[in-house]
Amino acid sequence: MLNIKKLHKSYPIGDSSLHVLKGIDLSVEEGEMVAIMGSSGSGKSTLLNIIGMLDEADEGEYILDGVPIKNLTEKKAAIYRNKFLGFIFQSFNLINYKNALDNVALPLYYQGMKRQERQELALFHLEKVGLKPWADHLPNELSGGQKQRVAIARALAADPKLLLADEPTGALDTKTSYEIMDFIQHLNDEGKTILIVTHEDDIAHMCKRIVRLKDGVIMEDVKVEQVRASQYV
Amino acid sequence: MFKFLFERDTWQEVWDSLSKNKLRSMLTMVGVWWGILLLIGLLGSAKGIENSFNRLFGSFATNSVFVWGQSTSKPFKGFQEGKRVRLTLSDAKIVEENVEGIEFVVPRNQNQAFVVKDKLSGTYGINGDFPLLDKVQKKKLIRGRFLNQTDIDENRKVAVISEDIYKQLFEKDTEMIGEFMQINGMNFTVIGMFEVGNVNMGPSSDIHIPFSTFQQIYNQGDDIGFMMLTGKPDYDIEQIEADAKLILRNLNNIHPEDKRAFGSFNLGKEFAKVTGFLIGMQFLTWFVGIATLIAGVFAIGNILLITVKERTKEIGVRRALGATPFEIKRQIVVEAVFITLLAGFFGILTGGWILIGIDSAFGQGDEAVIVNASVSIAVVFIALIILVVLGTLIGLIPAFKATSIKPIDALREE
Repeated sequence: MLNIKKLHKSYPIGDSSLHVLKGIDLSVEEGEMVAIMGSSGSGKSTLLNIIGMLDEADEGEYILDGVPIKNLTEKKAAIYRNKFLGFIFQSFNLINYKNALDNVALPLYYQGMKRQERQELALFHLEKVGLKPWADHLPNELSGGQKQRVAIARALAADPKLLLADEPTGALDTKTSYEIMDFIQHLNDEGKTILIVTHEDDIAHMCKRIVRLKDGVIMEDVKVEQVRASQYV
Repeated sequence: MFKFLFERDTWQEVWDSLSKNKLRSMLTMVGVWWGILLLIGLLGSAKGIENSFNRLFGSFATNSVFVWGQSTSKPFKGFQEGKRVRLTLSDAKIVEENVEGIEFVVPRNQNQAFVVKDKLSGTYGINGDFPLLDKVQKKKLIRGRFLNQTDIDENRKVAVISEDIYKQLFEKDTEMIGEFMQINGMNFTVIGMFEVGNVNMGPSSDIHIPFSTFQQIYNQGDDIGFMMLTGKPDYDIEQIEADAKLILRNLNNIHPEDKRAFGSFNLGKEFAKVTGFLIGMQFLTWFVGIATLIAGVFAIGNILLITVKERTKEIGVRRALGATPFEIKRQIVVEAVFITLLAGFFGILTGGWILIGIDSAFGQGDEAVIVNASVSIAVVFIALIILVVLGTLIGLIPAFKATSIKPIDALREE
């Protein structure tokens, strides 16, 4: 599903450069749910951004679903992002002047889907996250948990192969966090491959595998017993 | 390429982003709205002033020159200086045949006449004219007709009178066509009445009678008072005047450098000064209007640039969701053009209202300084095309700015 070999990335800081990723090897199978952990500055977000094709590696190999991701033009990257990836952000990143339904429908718009079809599909996904009655509400009329559920519906709308979540519970209280994790676990049960960047242990243990990063290298890569979030909800 | 312009989604996106940020959109539009308002208002007023000039000169052939004989100031070929110069019908004919670019030569005679109608009387200017006069100095006939060739051929005693004479000599609301009036003791039949224009070029003309009749009653022979020359369009009226005078000097044995032998009034030259002024004013109007418009469009560009900065994160999200840089650019340019056009449309509308206001305030009556202040459809189209072009160009700046930021940096922006 996802294959990364000897990945390097450094950022220029003034005259010198900061070596953030120092040779990452990672391979994720279909249907896995992986937590990427590490303190800030460990390179976990950079790794996620490279996997998400939002950033490009300096060196190394990255193959996603059999497609080598290399020297992409902006246009190609956009098409791949749309086709392969669903993003969930810490700060939700909903478009504040579009209602929930239109937010969910946005990736479908960029796929060139017809309006009618798009709206129906978006509504289906909203229903899946339990927010059908809120379809025409603007993001600022929703609670944090609801916003993240809209964001999840949006990430799912284009039926991506890989779901990338960057601290999905970072802006939420514990109870809501577990609710969101419950959703994500259900998605994984249905077969979605999911990558979650987090620094919270309890969240990490709700995944099936934990990858720990430190100073740009993988320190630990273990399979764990999944803690079901539903027991806390 | 332009298929997206006909898709509902494109406009839905534009509408969403503009209508959800009303204040920002309004502020953006003010600049262009004001620019186009000024352009339309100024151009319309300039046109109104031009119209009022045109109305003053009215139906007069403006590329014309009057030439009459005076006295010589230099002895020539045995003639003493101070010889009286009289132009004749044959002079007029030769000028017409030999000067390049001439359209009409209208010989005219004029005098004063004592006119009696029943118990009322007065002294008026009287002209002996050919029907051709109507071609170069269109008479606005209220009643009846102007002189025709038969009147000339048969030396008819007919007269075309001005509305002023009618008012002075006739009882109110009586019929004048077919009525007799005495001119220098002779009975003339009134055949037409014309309206007097605001500005009269040449001598005052109260009564027109056939040229041949005039010759008879004033015993003029072939002499004429003066001739009026009109040039074809595209010919220089000053050159025509010079050529005509040269021929006339030869015909009348006048010294080539005798400047006083002929008097003339070159209407074309005077008119050109006015026209030059009007052209200058129009140029100024366009200049001011377009400069204001450009300033307005720059304001749009400026605000869109700020908007893009404000929307950096949104653009980052859109790109993460699969929007290509082209789609982002296209969206911003479409927004820029749309908002420019919308503002331009309102500007044209309000500009039109202002012109209507100007027209009802200053454009009524005969003495109006601004007549029918208006802009042509062509001008409106030109303005719209300028708006689309400028809107596109100015939209490109924020569009490139928007996609120059990497999506990852855009998303990090807080």
